[in-house]
Amino acid sequence: MTDLDRTDRATPTTHEQVSIVDLLDRLLDTGVVITGDVTLSIADVDLVHVNLNAIIASVRAGAPSPDGPPVREAS
Amino acid sequence: MTEPAPGVWVYAICPAVDDRLLVEVRGVDDEILRHVRAGDLMAVVGSVDRERFGADGLRRSLNDLDKLAAIARAHHAVVEAAARVRPTAPARLATVYDDDDRVREMLAVHRDAFAAALDHVTGRQEWGVKAYGRARSDVASGSDERAPMTGTAYLRQRRAALSARDASRREVIAGAEAIHERLAALAVDAGRHRPQDPQLSGDPRPMVLNDAYLVANDDAEKFAQAVSVLAGAHPELSVELTGPWPPYSFAVIEVAP
Repeated sequence: MTDLDRTDRATPTTHEQVSIVDLLDRLLDTGVVITGDVTLSIADVDLVHVNLNAIIASVRAGAPSPDGPPVREAS
Repeated sequence: MTEPAPGVWVYAICPAVDDRLLVEVRGVDDEILRHVRAGDLMAVVGSVDRERFGADGLRRSLNDLDKLAAIARAHHAVVEAAARVRPTAPARLATVYDDDDRVREMLAVHRDAFAAALDHVTGRQEWGVKAYGRARSDVASGSDERAPMTGTAYLRQRRAALSARDASRREVIAGAEAIHERLAALAVDAGRHRPQDPQLSGDPRPMVLNDAYLVANDDAEKFAQAVSVLAGAHPELSVELTGPWPPYSFAVIEVAP
């Protein structure tokens, strides 16, 4: 690993430009998956996707904001 | 009442070149970051509140879009800062250990897998390429819609419209495949993500390509050029390039405890 500084050359993506959906593709579906002492299982991660849809649908429908009671997990 | 011991949030794994502080950004709990070193590897970590970042707290916040977005952006900021200065294997969101010793143990046990992943991404960056099908104006129904029509004529027109839509759909999918093949040949590695849900992305167009490519830093310009040439050659598609990203899609290691 001799070219550690090469990455400096490219223009970095600024955080404002990064779409949250592009980011979630990468943060939830990929990366180093090591089993931490507190780690959400893949099932929980899928649940995040499902509940995001529910949240967006409820926001669109003018339902109470998701800052209200915590979203219940589907059983 | 004693506070519970903080959890240790893992952001990324890097070669332990020296003990210089890698990143000056703050973490997901606004904490100052640290390194945990084991042999020739180190993890970039931060101490986080057990209540908010334990299993129950995480489950609550990851199911709230605003909180999830804030955590994801904070995690990404650390990973990106690390990736800017050295080869980086990003950890999946929400990997938390009980203490530094457990992180050290994890680094030691999986040392070879991490070293191989880091080798794979050294001197390379990830680029994202998304493509959407474009609505073709020439497929739209004719201007004689208001004219009275027999049942047969209606059926004939309807069939023609459906078959035009099928042809257009086939063209879009073939175009996406052609783009993928061309770009994969230019890249060191290629991966595919699921098409994004229009409800999440806010973009109603059908997504037909959501790819990630691992590209040598020296080839970045050539790759971006190839993307814009392909975009011009495929008017049936609307093509977007994102990045450079830390190599999220290419430092993939799945290991059991």
